[in-house]
Amino acid sequence: MNIPYTVEERPDTGLYNAKLGIWLFLASEVMLFGGLFSAYVFLRFGAPEGAFHEWGKELNIPLATINTMILISSSVTMVMSWASLKLKDFKKYKFYMGITLLCALGFLVIKYLEYTAKFDHHIYPSTNTFYAIYFTLTGLHGLHIIGGMVVLFYLWMPGSKMWHSKPEQFTNRIETVGLYWHFVDLVWIFLFPILYLL
Amino acid sequence: MTSGHDTADIKNHIKVYMMVFAALAFLTIITVAASYLDLSSGEAIFLALAIASIKGSLVASYFMHLISERALITWILMLTAGFFFILMFIPMASLIDQARLG
Repeated sequence: MNIPYTVEERPDTGLYNAKLGIWLFLASEVMLFGGLFSAYVFLRFGAPEGAFHEWGKELNIPLATINTMILISSSVTMVMSWASLKLKDFKKYKFYMGITLLCALGFLVIKYLEYTAKFDHHIYPSTNTFYAIYFTLTGLHGLHIIGGMVVLFYLWMPGSKMWHSKPEQFTNRIETVGLYWHFVDLVWIFLFPILYLL
Repeated sequence: MTSGHDTADIKNHIKVYMMVFAALAFLTIITVAASYLDLSSGEAIFLALAIASIKGSLVASYFMHLISERALITWILMLTAGFFFILMFIPMASLIDQARLG
């Protein structure tokens, strides 16, 4: 039996099913991160005046800025991989998807360096409320990067065979995973200033 | 096959993606530069969140294609945004309560 509405739009929603599904999932993700952003606000107001800013000074702004640039670049290469499929250029798709994965790996390596530098200085989630929420937010975000990388790798390598049999469905898969990836970028766009700069 | 019109559309989209990328990179530099300005805590928070909101809107509008997406998605996101702001309001409400109780 074929799964319905993988390519054609459902008459009632005007969308193919996976697109509606990923947007509903992203809405739940907004609430997941929203709860933690709310905790951040609560802890910041609960800390002594200016303490969050002082505690955050231990963080490495240049490394985080590079990571922001890397994630923004990966969003562009992600959308370019989808656009390449729309232009029927499978080779370019492979290229851009490969770069997206490299960017994701680069982001994680920098995050690893940041974490180990903190641990070397005996800074842990238990150090103070700022680091408790810092490690929680960036750790959860990092898990989203790892999860995204697993799916991206599948669609880059074994899963890309689908392009030869069902090109439109494959293109929709890339659009769907792209929406997830851009969301992960969007979360970082807010995490960067609130954790590193304020 | 992609029609000639579709191909032209996608090529135009690619140009927009590159402009958005440049804007995001520029705004990231502005965000970092602004953090070194001598601003009060409130002003710094407002400025950083304003820039982040502009960057987030660019990603959502162009990379996630929200600017040309179906109304159903917009409604789902508006509902989500409503609940998100309620979540953000809860800590504020506790502060108001704290101030009221002294």
